[in-house]
Amino acid sequence: MPLPTGDVIGILADNLRLRKSVLPLSARVATKWTEGLGLPRGGETVLYSGMMYQLIPYIEGLVKAEQRLGDSWLAGLTGLGRKVNRLINISAFMARPSAAERARYDQVPINVAHLLRTAGVEFGALYEDDLYSGALAYDLGVDEVVADHARRVQAVFRKHGVKKVITIDPHTTTMLRSVYPKLLEGYDVEVRSYLEVLAEKGLVASGDGANDKLSGEVVMHDSCVFARYEGLVDEPRELLAAAGVTVRDPENARRQTWCCGGPIESLYPAKAAANAVKRVAQLRDVAPDCVTMCPMCYVNLSTAAGDTMRFTDISQYLREAYAS
Amino acid sequence: MTALANPGLAAELDRSAEFNADACMNCGVCSAICPMGVEVQPRKLFRYVLLGMEDRVRAETETVFSCLLCKMCEENCPSGVHIAENVRTLRHHIDRTVFGL
Repeated sequence: MPLPTGDVIGILADNLRLRKSVLPLSARVATKWTEGLGLPRGGETVLYSGMMYQLIPYIEGLVKAEQRLGDSWLAGLTGLGRKVNRLINISAFMARPSAAERARYDQVPINVAHLLRTAGVEFGALYEDDLYSGALAYDLGVDEVVADHARRVQAVFRKHGVKKVITIDPHTTTMLRSVYPKLLEGYDVEVRSYLEVLAEKGLVASGDGANDKLSGEVVMHDSCVFARYEGLVDEPRELLAAAGVTVRDPENARRQTWCCGGPIESLYPAKAAANAVKRVAQLRDVAPDCVTMCPMCYVNLSTAAGDTMRFTDISQYLREAYAS
Repeated sequence: MTALANPGLAAELDRSAEFNADACMNCGVCSAICPMGVEVQPRKLFRYVLLGMEDRVRAETETVFSCLLCKMCEENCPSGVHIAENVRTLRHHIDRTVFGL
């Protein structure tokens, strides 16, 4: 049984308002991926994680805890839990992923940093000021809280002199590029996905990458947000194809892609999982190896598939081809 | 039983230029291709709004929050309805009026 919708949204909104993220992470956890990369702090162009990949193992832990709670008598106490959570960050105690799980997701921004360097891009990072974008709260309609949070992010960009932001995941990309301009006055930050930057920088055309270094066949799962919100469908295919990977499309692909179910996982995990099972069947019909480009897609689909197929973030293929 | 009617509901929700429930011609493409297979959304939801049927909107709270906002319906809508933003606007309304957020 799902937990009461209003109480769950309330907890997520309270966390964003009080702790700057729907699920607060310590600065140590959020910035772990930057260790050893020597990225300058701030600057005109920054690689911005929006904490999305770092958050996923915690969100997964929280969803599992929600499912356990929903099946117990404690479900009736969610309203009380929200009141306590305002004082003590109880959501942090509900999700404690292992170091290995965290490292798996940290690998994606690390891959992206290496790829951008290979492409000759000069960029910095915002470390503990690399804040969550507010994507989930925006989807849930808590607009006033999101608008206040967006002003925090805008202040961070101003503080560090940021003019261009390179994003990694689709949700942070669309928030910073398409939503913030509607919420903020004087927001003039240029936002590009790293996939767009790599394609524009000519890793494909210049031949200075390791063309045909990889081989094999993969099925592509397009992110709804990249494909339909941001129109980003060609760049990942071009980059993979130039690396020697044969990219095949499933029944629903590109702008007609089929959602992984992830956006409703925090409220209705059983519905999200059922949708992921349907999508996995479409993908498995094409190839046993699937490429994803969103952490929510990755975790929902790989969980639904179990050991029946393999999922890999696109940054892993690209790093092996171009920046290893 | 009394019905909760709100003749001003559509006007209340029309807080941004993007809210355009009145563009829906009720063709049903959205419901036919919804990955969640939820028949009621979004075309009936928008009709409830336009008719001021506040109680019917509130009764569909789980439906409103079950939408993936994936825009599959919007991509295929022949009338250019901003379905995802309309649903998000309904969420904002329910957050305020039902959940007290």
